[in-house]
Amino acid sequence: MKTAVIVFPASNCDRDMVVALEKITGKKPHIIWHQDEDIPEVDLIALPGGFSFGDYLRCGAMAARSPVTKRVIEHADRGGNVIGVCNGFQVLTETGLLPGALMRNESLKFICKDVKLRVDNNDTPFTNAYAQGQVINIPMAHHDGNYFADDDTLQALEDEGRIAFRYVDDSGDATKSANPNGSRNNIAGIISRRKNILGMMPHPERLIEEAQGGTDGLGFFESMINALN
Amino acid sequence: MTWNNNVEITDVLVKEHGLSDDEYALCLEILGRTPTLTELGIFSVMWSEHCSYKSSKLHLKTLPTKAPWVIHGPGENAGVIDIGDNQAIIFKMESHNHPSYIEPYQGAATGVGGILRDVFTMGARPIANMNALRFGSPDHHKTKHLLSGVVEGIGGYGNCVGVPTVGGETNFHPSYDGNILVNAMTVGLADQDKIFLSAAAGIGNPVIYVGSKTGRDGIHGATMASAEFTEDTEEKRPTVQVGDPFTEKLLIEACLELMSTDMVVAIQDMGAAGLTSSSVEMASGGGVGFDFNLDMVPQREEGMTPYEMMLSESQERMLIVLKPGREDEAKAIFDKWDLDFAVIGKITDTGNLTLTFKGDIVADIPTQPLADNSPEYDRPWVKPQSKAELKNEDVQAPADMKQTLLKMIGSEHLCSRDWIWQQYDMQVMADTIQKPGGDAAVVRIHGTDKAVAISTDCTPRYCYANPIEGGKQAVAETWRNITAVGATPMAITDCLNFGNPERPEIMGQFVGCIEGMREACNILDYPVVSGNVSLYNETNGTGIHPTPAIGGVGLLSDSSKMVTIAPQAEGEVLILVGDTRGHLGASLYLEIIEGREEGAPPPVDLNIEKKNGDYVRAQIDAGNITACHDISDGGLYVSLAEMVIASKMGMKVTVDTGTIPSHAFAFGEDQARYILSVPADKVDLILNTANNADVTTQNIGIISGDELTLNSTTPISVSELLEAHKGWMPDYMSID
Amino acid sequence: MKARVHITLKNGVLDPQGKAIKHALSALGFDGVNDVRQGKYIELDLAETDPDKTQSTVEDMCKKLLSNTVIENYSIEIE
Repeated sequence: MKTAVIVFPASNCDRDMVVALEKITGKKPHIIWHQDEDIPEVDLIALPGGFSFGDYLRCGAMAARSPVTKRVIEHADRGGNVIGVCNGFQVLTETGLLPGALMRNESLKFICKDVKLRVDNNDTPFTNAYAQGQVINIPMAHHDGNYFADDDTLQALEDEGRIAFRYVDDSGDATKSANPNGSRNNIAGIISRRKNILGMMPHPERLIEEAQGGTDGLGFFESMINALN
Repeated sequence: MTWNNNVEITDVLVKEHGLSDDEYALCLEILGRTPTLTELGIFSVMWSEHCSYKSSKLHLKTLPTKAPWVIHGPGENAGVIDIGDNQAIIFKMESHNHPSYIEPYQGAATGVGGILRDVFTMGARPIANMNALRFGSPDHHKTKHLLSGVVEGIGGYGNCVGVPTVGGETNFHPSYDGNILVNAMTVGLADQDKIFLSAAAGIGNPVIYVGSKTGRDGIHGATMASAEFTEDTEEKRPTVQVGDPFTEKLLIEACLELMSTDMVVAIQDMGAAGLTSSSVEMASGGGVGFDFNLDMVPQREEGMTPYEMMLSESQERMLIVLKPGREDEAKAIFDKWDLDFAVIGKITDTGNLTLTFKGDIVADIPTQPLADNSPEYDRPWVKPQSKAELKNEDVQAPADMKQTLLKMIGSEHLCSRDWIWQQYDMQVMADTIQKPGGDAAVVRIHGTDKAVAISTDCTPRYCYANPIEGGKQAVAETWRNITAVGATPMAITDCLNFGNPERPEIMGQFVGCIEGMREACNILDYPVVSGNVSLYNETNGTGIHPTPAIGGVGLLSDSSKMVTIAPQAEGEVLILVGDTRGHLGASLYLEIIEGREEGAPPPVDLNIEKKNGDYVRAQIDAGNITACHDISDGGLYVSLAEMVIASKMGMKVTVDTGTIPSHAFAFGEDQARYILSVPADKVDLILNTANNADVTTQNIGIISGDELTLNSTTPISVSELLEAHKGWMPDYMSID
Repeated sequence: MKARVHITLKNGVLDPQGKAIKHALSALGFDGVNDVRQGKYIELDLAETDPDKTQSTVEDMCKKLLSNTVIENYSIEIE
């Protein structure tokens, strides 16, 4: 599986994503600077976390208008696979590749903690290594992860099974108290209609070794190996 | 404003610049003439307490700074230690107290920015941030606002630059009501053959300014940090700098990219006193002069005068000496990162800092005497008296041990800091292997089995009750915390926060703490490699508790051997290491339960400290221990409760308290103690080896069930403990 | 020309910052604040001198970058 990681000014989880992809695929991803006009032929493009352009104006807004992002959109339009984690998810919504928007957390605070996610659709290239309904532990670290979409969009996401991950409590229920940031319907990650694009706020790349406190993030990357190799 | 560099230098003007008569006379002597206004400004900031350490350096010189593993000690931007494999750890802690009181968000944010620059300017990639925070009483009307702003500022800056903030300590005490302390620490990683220093060299070499443009931010910030607060200080708000973490992140990447080439001769960040101190340090350090054309300095505002440019504390700027002819190559790197890049001058052989503005020379100062002949004071001090010993008979036994323990762990002093830590990205860079909440934070050296353990500590109530013992204890506690995760303590950075040094009793506290620190560093073989002094932390004549915050760093050569404070399995046996005497003087028990701040602090026997710590570390290294926790604030029972909270497993503790009253045994803060959790089949081994090493140990209980049972105390369920521990801070912060 | 752009959240989009401001105002004793919505204000100094062209350029800017039309409205004043 050939991969590329896009680096915007003040991306800061790019290295973590590169490490995770290299560990799983055995191949070093291409690292693409935001001003590069071309992305080599790859199976997967990853938009990493961070504070692209300082998160000034709106999170992800300026990265979504970077030269390289046009190439990401073309890749996605051709059916190519794209993941966006944290700031990467924000960029994907800003480009319109994924619906909705990520707003300031309801508490108005940056929140860094481990959260429980339920895999709500394991029939995607990014979730197939998990069981349907499996509850996994993944760290989150963001200030603007409060997922918003209007009622119609939300209904469509639900009806089409496009909610990949939801914030849940220990027993797997999407309760209000399990919702860390105010996201509508406890949404933590969604996929595109063609299932080739995934955006999520929590960071699976931070939990791939026992030393990091667990390996629940591995399944995310293993899914892609299953689907794309 | 009309600008006149040759304004008459009156006594009033000299006073306004904080120079004493003697200092001004020295300035005249160095120059051989009356200074220009720009020169007066330069002398003023260079000789401020903040930049010159004039009250403290006599005493700082007495601290041990050398060890075979120390590559660079104090005097550089940060301390550098050898961690093997051609790698070095570079670290420092620094205060940003006054700015954080005036504008907590920006003050704390720029504090983080400044300490990051001190570390990456030496060629290190920052890998961890820590902090030590002190606020006033929770009842004080400003505390909530300050706590909220400081934490948000630290997070806002550190999270954006992508360096994990892995822990720290937070205390509350009324002595900080008018002077909070915000001490920020950065730890970085570099290759030993890629360490950069600030001494300029090479006559004719170009001097480059990179980073953000210069504005009128923070003019006289350095002198503000050197004066006592009065009630009108709040009017000084416009001088507070604003941080731009986005630019800092770009600056880190651009500087590290530049440093990976062979173009850089010397590099220095522009911190307090900005362009002035950076250029004087670089020139005097290399014994050369600088010729600057100030018209070339990138400026954010119109009509800036040389005085303003030299004194501005605009953030995210660096000064670099390049090898000749490499300007275009270097500029390409800064263009890529969209940062300002300007050749502002060159190195000369005059030894002078010569500044030209619109064709006129506006300052021409010999840098060596400016830096080397800076004032040094032997301020009068009185030997601090220790508070009288408190007799245990004078402390009542609590009516209900269970409620007492719950009250203690639910107090502002001991409650969970999750509300704070969750606002920090603790895991970015994916190498954080021990998050905040344990004894020390542990961050892996990327791509290796090694890890660094970091702890910031100080117990100001001990320092106040007895500065010498307090100074010892601050050093010893970081050493113990680093030991408790299994790491070998290597060196410390210090951030010495005190009141007005012109008062002999305050100066006595300073001298006493230094004496204690010196002794601890010597015996524990744990030198000081960097640091910072913050004086004049006083409002209307009331000083803070003496607070020598220590940031310790240790090395784990095999990070898989690390332990945490959480026992791993039912049936593990709890072993208490060290002697328990039930010392309640200056304890948290006394403060929280009896509302008394009395008594001498627990004495620190550094030889026992070393013996016990070395023993514990060896047992962790041998894999005989599954969890370890040091005993500090709150004593034995609080430490046990913290282990229960971390593991969510119960304990049955049965301990013979002998002749010591049970509450003194439970909550006394005797030093050099640890609790180990040990698999049952290793218990005999542990007790025997301890015996052979002449280390006191005691089998005190077992991991079992879902309750904490402490002798005859009513059992406390794990959930009750968790509830009591987590509530205080979120509740406090949610009330308007 | 100068253009002033106000960006606000659309009706129906939760505004946690506005909510917090409202809460803080009432804590300060400002009663009778029915609702608070906060937004952004952006000032642009443009070389263009034709008001119509300026209006359409700025509108384009708003759609392409300055606002996120999924959640935000914008209004433009030209001077």
